[in-house]
Amino acid sequence: MVHLSTIAHEDDVVNGKLADGISKAHLQLINDDDSFTTSIYGSKFAAKDLPKHEMPETEMSRDVAYRLIKDHLSLDGNPILNLASFVTTYMEEEAEKLMTESFPKNFIDYEEYPQSADIQNRCVSMIGRLFNAPIGVEDDVGAVGTSCVGSSEAIMLAVLAMKRCWKNKRIAEGKPWDRPNIVMSAAVQVCWEKAARYFEVEEKLVYCTEERYVIDPEETVNLVDENTIGICAILGTTYTGEYEDVKAVNDLLTKKGLNTPIHVDAASGGFVAPFVMPDLEWDFRLEHVVSINVSGHKYGLVYPGVGWVVWRSAEYLPQELVFNINYLGADQASFTLNFSKGASQVIGQYYQLIRLGKHGYRAIMSNLTRTANYLSDSLAALGFIIMSKKSGEGLPLVAFRLPPQEDRSYDEFALAHHLRVRGWVVPAYTMAPNTENLKMLRVVVREDFTRNRCDSLIVDIRQSQHLLEQMDRESIKKQQEYINKYNTSSGKATHNHPKFRREKHSLQGKTGKTHAIC
Amino acid sequence: MSLARHGAPSDTVYSMITDELDLDGRPNLNLASFVNTYLDPNARSLLTSNLAKNLADNDEYPALLSFSTRCVSILANLWNASPSQTAVGSPTVGSSEAIHLAGLSLKRRWQARMKSQGKNIHDPGPNIIMGSNAQVALLKFARYFEVEARVLPVSEKSNFCLDPEAVRENVDENTIGVFVILGSTYTGHYEPVERVCEVLDEVEREKGWGVDVHVDAASGGFVAPFAYAGAGQKWNFELPRVKSINVSGHKYGLVTPGIGWIVWRDEKYLPEELIFELHYLGGTEKSYTLNFSRPGAQVVVQYYNLIHLGFGGYREIMENCLANARVLSRALEQTGWYKCVSDIHRPVNNNNNNNISNVAGKIKSAVEGAINEGQEEKETSAGYTPGLPVVSFRFADEFKREFPHIKQEDVSLLLRARQWIIPNYALPPSENHTEILRVVIRESMSFDLLDRLVTDIIQVTEQLIDHDEVDLSIIRKQSRQRHPNRKKDREEKQQGKDQKKESVKEKVEDGAKRLERGIHRSVC
Repeated sequence: MVHLSTIAHEDDVVNGKLADGISKAHLQLINDDDSFTTSIYGSKFAAKDLPKHEMPETEMSRDVAYRLIKDHLSLDGNPILNLASFVTTYMEEEAEKLMTESFPKNFIDYEEYPQSADIQNRCVSMIGRLFNAPIGVEDDVGAVGTSCVGSSEAIMLAVLAMKRCWKNKRIAEGKPWDRPNIVMSAAVQVCWEKAARYFEVEEKLVYCTEERYVIDPEETVNLVDENTIGICAILGTTYTGEYEDVKAVNDLLTKKGLNTPIHVDAASGGFVAPFVMPDLEWDFRLEHVVSINVSGHKYGLVYPGVGWVVWRSAEYLPQELVFNINYLGADQASFTLNFSKGASQVIGQYYQLIRLGKHGYRAIMSNLTRTANYLSDSLAALGFIIMSKKSGEGLPLVAFRLPPQEDRSYDEFALAHHLRVRGWVVPAYTMAPNTENLKMLRVVVREDFTRNRCDSLIVDIRQSQHLLEQMDRESIKKQQEYINKYNTSSGKATHNHPKFRREKHSLQGKTGKTHAIC
Repeated sequence: MSLARHGAPSDTVYSMITDELDLDGRPNLNLASFVNTYLDPNARSLLTSNLAKNLADNDEYPALLSFSTRCVSILANLWNASPSQTAVGSPTVGSSEAIHLAGLSLKRRWQARMKSQGKNIHDPGPNIIMGSNAQVALLKFARYFEVEARVLPVSEKSNFCLDPEAVRENVDENTIGVFVILGSTYTGHYEPVERVCEVLDEVEREKGWGVDVHVDAASGGFVAPFAYAGAGQKWNFELPRVKSINVSGHKYGLVTPGIGWIVWRDEKYLPEELIFELHYLGGTEKSYTLNFSRPGAQVVVQYYNLIHLGFGGYREIMENCLANARVLSRALEQTGWYKCVSDIHRPVNNNNNNNISNVAGKIKSAVEGAINEGQEEKETSAGYTPGLPVVSFRFADEFKREFPHIKQEDVSLLLRARQWIIPNYALPPSENHTEILRVVIRESMSFDLLDRLVTDIIQVTEQLIDHDEVDLSIIRKQSRQRHPNRKKDREEKQQGKDQKKESVKEKVEDGAKRLERGIHRSVC
């Protein structure tokens, strides 16, 4: 059998040579401007980098821009596997629709969007009552409140109000008012430090100990002096979710005859405790509590962008902080740090409040508590030390750490990194100062964290642990570095300005405490 | 109102709330606000699909974060940040937050300077300078952060804006900075940033006080860079004294409410002690914001707009807005009944205050003209006084003489009945004998709609001319009956009883001149 082959023609010999062949291949790549495109991926834009530094000179068609942005955003994490954050990631379709329709509404534009403003008032009223706020018959008694972008703004406003009340009192007494201080736990969220720093109030910290992750009421009250503008008590610390004993602080103040105001930071707990532990006294039932903040976008079950702050009565909100704005004949008083903002979230909050009712919220929070209990028990069975409270005595989250063991070659951070590779974001933290660099892991149980998903998490924790136990110290270290660098976004981040890294003025800079994401 | 014991089905609640929200006004006919109300379907879809994302959660949403970094970078370039310096910036909820942050950094820098010189920072304490046309956020900053606000009177001569000479007289060594507004919300005039900087340069030469400038370009930051008219002067980081600039993404940045931006010309102007670091899974995040968890969807849309529209697209839109504003201004002045207080429809030559920029403007227009040659001749804003696409107008003097009984407020009221929202308010304190009606021309104000607006304004004015005083008093009375409802407003509860009586009394006496009492007009 022979292969039949053709004898090449002379032309073919000349033109078919490989050396010339290169010139023969007529590349016909389109280099025209696209007036229209086959598909987005056939357009010139798909072959280019998205503009990063300079605005492009010319337009890009909107579907191209849309698709390219959407594709880029697919690199964002999956919110459902993010067990680090308290922030709501699920809302019903109807709620989403309502919120979408309300995008263009500017919340502060009361004259134009009176209903949106009215809806805020209803929410304030409902939330105030939920916190047992005194209800006045006349206008100048009774609780007042406002919506905010989140608990940070709420806390800044509350600190500002407490500072001004204190200052006014000092001025009236003819005493100096240049050294205000505020008493708070060392486990506070970073915005408390910010508020103190930005408004020039000295921080007096109540430190945690290895066994106690919340403030000690006695110690707290002892820190109070004539320059104390107020005490911050946290209803659900971000580390272990434990509720601080507001009642004990309140009673001690009464016993000592002090009149220091208490602000309760109920960012997470404000929508949990009233439903799961209605008898726990932490709110306006206590006489010294003057203001409370809560995040609507945490257990209030709304997408990010809404918080609430309520004051016991208008007297705790100094007149000079409230700006009156006259807009088209409608007088409005405003006490916010932000001005124009979207109305969607407030409308979303109202939707959730009336859609779910107390019964609905209680049902959801009960389920969360059950799931948290289940996860706690399972992790305890795996040999972890559980640091959070169970059965509604704290937030529905599980904080846990590895049992003390000399010869173990891995720590909580290594475990967190391994879970990260499996898609779970379970953060590891170093606890608040004076807890001997206690490390811990934290799982926040949110509305969309079902029992089923909880089981998958437990399986993955067990497997990661097995894997880690089989590795030696050196390879764990190497692997951890690798994961940190390539598998976490923060490891890859380039946006952090070197100048502002490693600051030394905050609790974190000074003590190595890590701030829990909330 | 208390939380219901039992809930209701989601679709029922949805309909209930939607029906109730129908009582809200129509965003498009609200000519009082700068806030953008239009989004194209793709932008809307991006907004919806990113609704659940938290901008503060950088580890979970790295792509979101990279968009915000790109936006800051694009804005810094747009405002001529020097490549030799490292500009830093941040997204904010709006310009209010941005102004607080800028003011706070000014204050801290001043404190550091005074401390290093061994001077007292408490007595007499810091002050900050701004015009009385300032938006309420600027005054809020001063009040909340305990800085004395030196609010300088404005005059017709200064275009109802900050007067550089007044700055010279009021600046001292305790001045932490000057807020200069690019785009006064009253009349849309740009404040003379360049001149203010020159004055401050002279002050520094004479007295040695180096006072920095923050430009509040909430509205103008997205208009001046694109319009052919520019700002008529240098206003951005070209001027070394301008240390920070803020802009609202939700105004002419064409995003829906909830986004603002702030950029510092160099990292060294952002005092380190204001930055907080957050460690998270091995990485670090630094943060300088007043808000923490907040929606990130607006950042996505801002980036979408920047790359979808590009420089050219923004320019087209801003030029359209300015052209429409000129049409409206001319139409109003042609009736002879109205006089415009805003100047964007006046050719640049007639304006005394902008002589310096004339030449530049002319050259620019000549160049642009050459570029556009061959295309259909299209008038640009190049030959006109620079400003925001805002039309502020009042009754002409002759009209007032002829019909003394007609009040400008009535025009606003009657237009309201035709669905248009056009506010009528007094100019800043020293000029508050003048009331103006203000129309903000936004992207969504098409020529067609403008035509209807002009017709309606003319019809309404004719209607007023035809009626005698008695009829008009009835209109006013009716409108006042709306007020009892407003008393229920939350805010009034916050005020003490006495205050309330006072404000009711004021309302009867005179609805207009309350600014002295801390009541701020004009929303932006």
